[in-house]
Amino acid sequence: MKKKINISKTSSQRLITYGMVIAAWIILEIFLHTGLMSSHLEGLLVPMAYYAIVAVGLNLCVGILGELSLGHAGFMCVGAFSSALFSLLTVGKIPDGLRFILALFVGVLFSALVGFLVGIPVLRLNGDYLAIVTLAFGEIIKNIINALYLGVDSKGVHVSFESLMALNMEPEGTVLINGAMGVTGTPHDANFTIAVILLLFALVIVQNFIDSKDGRAVMSIRDNRIAAESIGIPVTSYKMLAFTISAAVAGMAGVVFSHNIATLQSTSQYFGYNVSIMILVYVVLGGIGSIRGSVIAASVLYLLPELLRGLNKYRMLIYSVVLIAVMIVNWAPGVIEKRTEFFDRIRKGIKNGAA
Amino acid sequence: MALLDVKDLSITFGGLHAVEEFSLSIEKGQLYGLIGPNGAGKTTVFNLLTGVYKPTQGSIILDGRDITAHSTEEINKDGIARTFQNIRLFHKLSVIDNVKTALHREFEYSTFEAMFHCGRYASVEREMEKKAIEILKVFSLDTVSSILSSNLPYGQQRKLEIARAMATGPKILLLDEPAAGMNPNETAELMETISLIRDRFGITILLIEHDMKLVSGICEHLTVLNFGKILAEGDTKEVLSDPEVIRAYLGDDE
Repeated sequence: MKKKINISKTSSQRLITYGMVIAAWIILEIFLHTGLMSSHLEGLLVPMAYYAIVAVGLNLCVGILGELSLGHAGFMCVGAFSSALFSLLTVGKIPDGLRFILALFVGVLFSALVGFLVGIPVLRLNGDYLAIVTLAFGEIIKNIINALYLGVDSKGVHVSFESLMALNMEPEGTVLINGAMGVTGTPHDANFTIAVILLLFALVIVQNFIDSKDGRAVMSIRDNRIAAESIGIPVTSYKMLAFTISAAVAGMAGVVFSHNIATLQSTSQYFGYNVSIMILVYVVLGGIGSIRGSVIAASVLYLLPELLRGLNKYRMLIYSVVLIAVMIVNWAPGVIEKRTEFFDRIRKGIKNGAA
Repeated sequence: MALLDVKDLSITFGGLHAVEEFSLSIEKGQLYGLIGPNGAGKTTVFNLLTGVYKPTQGSIILDGRDITAHSTEEINKDGIARTFQNIRLFHKLSVIDNVKTALHREFEYSTFEAMFHCGRYASVEREMEKKAIEILKVFSLDTVSSILSSNLPYGQQRKLEIARAMATGPKILLLDEPAAGMNPNETAELMETISLIRDRFGITILLIEHDMKLVSGICEHLTVLNFGKILAEGDTKEVLSDPEVIRAYLGDDE
């Protein structure tokens, strides 16, 4: 009897999360198609969705694994560029839908691989080393791609870190990455609906993972590493697994990013340190370890400063007040207690009303 | 042949000889006590046996296999499970999840199945749940299975730690001061639980304890440590009446 209640409780919590995402999507789609939405807001929908995806991925790393990563924008960058290059090379050769799915695989695989490689030296150590290394990684990957010139012609692939001329390409060759000018001509495959579908996919994967033997092992390492070792959990491999999945989810967001933008550039605005911190803010304020909280926080906190643009200089003031308010609601023990009480009373009220 | 055979185990931290030439031989099914004054090196012995520290000298043979160089994780696989002096539960996991985590080796499904909840996931999870409830029942923790482990009262947290260690299916169980901080009633209950799991699972137990009532009540053999060295060993009654032991640890009447 008890067991049944347990399972239905966790799965109903998950269904609420999926329901919220779908409801938000339906409402926004209605606004979109009835023309009630300003074009400014319209342009914010896809970024909102991919930041929610990265936040879900980062929460797996910060909240479930308990390791701080300050470089998730870097994994997004890897996913964005690897998938954009794939799409550029195969455009016209593979049908559109299939090409995007394959690009998705490429982006996810590359960011997972890079996550794995970053994890090898770092995740054996205990302490905040991951934060330091990922911080450096994010900046390095952004700057390398920013300086990279890449092209293909009949002779093969040309790479240079100097200039377009140094590639020594044949006239009919194609330039893939034009240094700081970035990648142009990536097919516009991702729209808001696709981004929401991928967000749901990320949610299912991450929640399933948490609610499994592997997820429990990862959380046991977070709660007490020494005890986890004492019951035979292979600590390093589970840390690697969780971190790699987290990086892969960030890479997935990168694929959406690159297939929604006209010119993909590796600049601080998109993949810099600030973006990593911004995503971490979503995760922390949404509640560490709360996947639903990450989605809500990412959506609201991404849209808010953009929608407040009309208020000019008061914009950041209001944003910071909102951050503090969210912090209090989600973190102050007294407020949490009051909040649970309040929701319990509502729940009871609904039950009594129904009876 | 003894189940656990420890020979000349030593470890030094800088110039400090924390444990010196420690030897121990435990037969299968024995309930063995390790006692001694504070700072004698009892917990260090546990940390050596479970691979937390690597000994500077000596060997540990479990069931005929040399496990001296094994890691903590491998040693658990070899068949040694332990509890901790300061409780180390997975505090943000529920009671049953603490036990399920310890069952990870016994129940197998791939990460792919975990991510998509397909294949063996549902049936294996059901089996796992059943087994975990079974273990919790032995420790009468099945009624609190869904609450957060950090919300358990102290005595039950200690019990859950033993349940979690038992769930890994060990040959030998190391208990580090299981009765620390317990009131007399809880200690009596704990003594019953320890005897019960020994009889029921036929497991060998090595325990560190300061509570002499518990030690003389359930341990058949004792080793007394003092300043990292063995002071006395043998039958519980004999050891506890040894004048050396009384002087060093129990305190004489003068």
